[in-house]
Amino acid sequence: MPKNFFLKSTLVAVVVILALLYLVPTIGGGKLPAWWTNTLPSDKIRLGLDLQGGMHLILEVETQKAVSASVERTSQELQRKMREENIRAISPQTGADNTISLVLLHNSDRAKLEDLVKREYPDFSVASSRTLEDGKIKVVLQLTAKAAKHIADQASTQALETIRNRVDQFGVSEPEIMPQSEGRILIQLPGVKDPQRAVALIGKTAQLEFKLVDDSVNAATATKATLPPGDEILTMYRRDHASGRVDKEPIVVHRRVAMTGATITDARVQMDSQYNQPYVSVAFDSAGARQFADITTRNVKKRLAIILDGKVQSAPVIQEPITGGEARISGDFTMEEARDLAVVLRSGALPAPVKILEERTVGPSLGQDSIDQGILSMVVGLLLVVGFILLYYRLAGAFADLALLLNLVLITGALAAFQATLTLPGIAGIILTIGMAVDANVLIFERVREEVRMGKTPFAAVEAGYGKATLTILDANITTLIAALVLFQFGTGPIRGFAVTLSIGIASSLFTAITFTRLLFDLYLHQFRPRKLLI
Amino acid sequence: MEFIKPNVNINFVGSRGKAFILSGLLILMTVVTLFAHGGPNYGIDFAGGILVQVRFSEPTDASAIKKALAPLGMDQSLVQGFGDKKNNEFLIRNERAGLKLQGLSDRVRQTLAESYGKGKVEVRRVEMVGPKVGQDLREKALLAIFYAIVMIAVYISGRFEQKWGLAAVMAGVLVGATLLVQALIAAMGGEEGMAMVLLILTALVVTVGACWLLKLRYALGAIVALIHDVVITVGVFSLLDKEFTLATVAALLTIIGYSLNDTIIVYDRIRENLKTAGKQPLGQTINESINQTLSRTILTSGTTLLVLLCLFVLGGGVIEDFALALLVGVVVGTYSSIFVASPVLLLLPEGKPMSMRSSAPAKAAVARPEPVEAVAAPAQVSPGKAAGAARQKKAKKKSGKKGKRH
Repeated sequence: MPKNFFLKSTLVAVVVILALLYLVPTIGGGKLPAWWTNTLPSDKIRLGLDLQGGMHLILEVETQKAVSASVERTSQELQRKMREENIRAISPQTGADNTISLVLLHNSDRAKLEDLVKREYPDFSVASSRTLEDGKIKVVLQLTAKAAKHIADQASTQALETIRNRVDQFGVSEPEIMPQSEGRILIQLPGVKDPQRAVALIGKTAQLEFKLVDDSVNAATATKATLPPGDEILTMYRRDHASGRVDKEPIVVHRRVAMTGATITDARVQMDSQYNQPYVSVAFDSAGARQFADITTRNVKKRLAIILDGKVQSAPVIQEPITGGEARISGDFTMEEARDLAVVLRSGALPAPVKILEERTVGPSLGQDSIDQGILSMVVGLLLVVGFILLYYRLAGAFADLALLLNLVLITGALAAFQATLTLPGIAGIILTIGMAVDANVLIFERVREEVRMGKTPFAAVEAGYGKATLTILDANITTLIAALVLFQFGTGPIRGFAVTLSIGIASSLFTAITFTRLLFDLYLHQFRPRKLLI
Repeated sequence: MEFIKPNVNINFVGSRGKAFILSGLLILMTVVTLFAHGGPNYGIDFAGGILVQVRFSEPTDASAIKKALAPLGMDQSLVQGFGDKKNNEFLIRNERAGLKLQGLSDRVRQTLAESYGKGKVEVRRVEMVGPKVGQDLREKALLAIFYAIVMIAVYISGRFEQKWGLAAVMAGVLVGATLLVQALIAAMGGEEGMAMVLLILTALVVTVGACWLLKLRYALGAIVALIHDVVITVGVFSLLDKEFTLATVAALLTIIGYSLNDTIIVYDRIRENLKTAGKQPLGQTINESINQTLSRTILTSGTTLLVLLCLFVLGGGVIEDFALALLVGVVVGTYSSIFVASPVLLLLPEGKPMSMRSSAPAKAAVARPEPVEAVAAPAQVSPGKAAGAARQKKAKKKSGKKGKRH
C-alpha cells in the first residue's frame, strides 16, 4: 500500500462522514427522529435575511435627548429644593450644552445655592455666576461631561435591553440584537412578515404619562395665548372602527405630570365586555399603586388623560378612587394594537427616542426566488464544469470531479457545523469556488502531463506533479484568503456571508484537491499499475 | 484533450509594449468615464436613500409608478423595470438627501397600495440607508480595499523574495505615510469622503514607490497588476453606468484575490525556471514560464468564467451586477497576469537596494557590473543577450541561496 495510505483514507473518511452528519438536518427537513436530534447535530444551515426574507435595522439611540431629559428633571427638582431651602430665585431654565440657568434675587443666596448643588447634585458644576445690573445674580449650572457620557451610555444599554425585551415578545425566531459603536443598535429579524409592525413596536418610545385634564377651559377654542399658565393643549386621536377614519380632538391638560409609567410591572390585553373592545390593563408596583390611589382619590369626578408618546390615548372620568394598583388604557385599539401596546408597556419605555439609520427588508417570496435562482445557476455551472473537466482530463478528470462534489459537501457541511449564515453572495461564493476549485487540480494535472511528456513513469509523474504544484497552490490560495479575511473584517451582513463561504471554500478545496485526489491516484496506481496515465 | 500544445512558445514578453498601450488606454477610459459621470455612481449603500423593489400583479409602467409616488415627493425617483418583463417588477430608487427617511418604506408601501389597489402590489425588497450610514459604509469599503492591498504587498514581498524584513519596513513606511496624510487632511479640515480617496491614493503610490525603491520586484508586479485589474473593472462599471454597492466592493476584493492567484502561479514558475535558466536572459525565462502555465491559466479562467456566466444569466437580478463585476475582473485579471504582472518584472533595474549594499559586500561584488546594463533593460523590447547575462548571473546567485523550495 502507498505511504500513509491508511492514515489519509481514514482522515478523508472521517471528514466526509462528519460533513454528511452535519448536512442531514438541512436535507432531512424537520422530520428527524428523536434519537438523532438527541445525540447528533441538528442545526440546519442558517439562511441570511436576503434568502429567507426578513428585516435588518440599524437604530440610533438619540442619547442626547436622554441627557436633556435628565437635565430637565433636575431643573424641576432644583426648583422644589430651592423653595424648601428658602433660596429665592426666578424659575430655572434649561439651555444648550446641558445647562440650567437661574436668577437669584439676593446675593446672600449664592453660597446657599452652591452648597445645595455640591450636596445634592454632584453631577453639576457652577459654570458661571455673575451679578446683573439690577443686583440679581445669574447662575449657570452645567452637567459635567463625565456625567453626560454616563447618562448617554446608560441610555444606550437600557435601550438595547428594552428593545431585546420587545423583540422577544414579538415572536421572531432567532432574532439578533447587537450594540454597535456610537449608540447604534443592529437588529436582524429573520422571516418577519409584517415589517411595519415590527418597526412600530421596536421604535415606539412608549413614554406613558398621566396628566389631569383642565376642564375649566374650552378645549375647542383654546389657543396657546389664552391658555392658563401651567396648561398645555394635546391631541386626542379617536378612530371610527367602521370607516377607519381617525378624528383628532384637542384636549387641555395640566402640564405637570401626575404620574409616569415607570412603576408599571405588568400589562395585559383584556376585552371590554360592554363595548366588545380590547383594552390594556396595567398593574403598578406598590409605590406606584399608592401614588395612583392618591391621585384618583384627590381627583374624583375629574378626567385623567392617559398619554403615550405625547398622544392622548383616552381621558376617562375618575368615578371613584382606584386603590387596586391597576389602571386601564382604552383607546379604540384593534386587537393587534392592544397586544403591541401591552408589549411595549411591559418592556418599559425607551430612555430616549430611536432613529432608524438603515432599514433593509426582503420579502419571503424574493428570498425564495433568490434561493431557486442561486441553486439553478449552481447546478448548471457545476454540470458544465464537471463535464468539461471529465472531457479534458479523462480519468484524472473524473478524480477532480469527485473532489469537486466532495468539496461541495464539505462546504455546505462546514456552513452547517459552524452555523455560518448562507447569503445570496454566499451562494455566489460557492459558485465561484466551483470554478476556482478545479484550479488546484488543473495545476497538478498540467504538471503531471509535463512529467509524463518528459518520459517519467505514471507513478513518478504523479509524485512529481503533486510535489511541485502543492506549494504553488498554497501560495495562490493564501492571497485569496487574505482578501476574504479583509472582507470579513470590514463587510456587513451578506458580504460577511460571502467572505465566510469563500474562506471555507478555499480551505476545503485545498483539502479535496490535494489530499483526496492524491488518495484516488494512489489507489488507482496501486491497484491497476497502469503503463500509461489517462490524463 | 489539449487546448495548448506542450511546445507552444508565444512571445508574450515581446508584445508587452502593445499590452502596456492597451492597458494604458483602458485605464484612460476609466479616468475619462469617471470624470464624465462626475465620480462613481454610488448606489444607495454609499449615497444613502431608498430602494424599493415592487412587483405588480398587472402590467404598469414607470411613469405611472412615478405619478403614484408624487404625494410622497418621490416623483423624481428613478424607476426601472427589473428582471423578466412579464414579472411586472420594478426598482424604485431615490437618493435625494432631503427625503425624510423615517417611516418612508412604510409610506411607499401604503401609497402604492392606495393607487393600485390592495393586493395588487407586492413590496419585495426595501433598502433604506441614512446619509450618515452611507458615508460610514463608503469609508469601510475603501478601508477594506486599502488593507487588502497592504497585507498582500507584505505577504508577497516576504514570501517571494524572502525579504520579510524589507516587507516589514514597507508596511511601516506605508502605515506611517497614511497616518501622516490622515493628519494633514485632518489639519486642513478636508471633506471626509475626499480624504479617504486621498488616503487610498497615497497608499497606492507609497506601496508602488516602496516596492520600486526596495527592489521588491515581485511585489511590484503583483500590485501593479491588481491595481490595473481593479481600476479597469471600475472603469467598465462606470462605462456601463452600473451602480457601486457593497456587493461591488466585495466583487472588487474577490478580483484582487483572483488576480493575485493568477499572477502568483506564473511567478512561482518563473522563480522555479530561474534556477535552471543558465545564461538565458530573464525575459526569455519569463516568456517560457508564461507559456508553460498558459494551459492552466486558460483552463482555470475558462471554468471560472463558465460558472460566472451561469450566475450572471440564471442568478436573478439581485446578483447580476455582482456577477458582472466578477466576469469583467476575471477576464482582466487573466490578461494582466500574462501581459502586465510578468513584464513588469523587467521594468525594475537589477540589483540590491542601495541601503543593503554596505551590509552585504559579497553580493555587491556580483551586483557591481549591473547598473550599466540596467539602464538599457527597460527600453529593450525583446529580451537581448547583453542585459540577460548580468541578470542571469543574479538569478543563479538568488536561486543558489534560496532555491530550497523543492
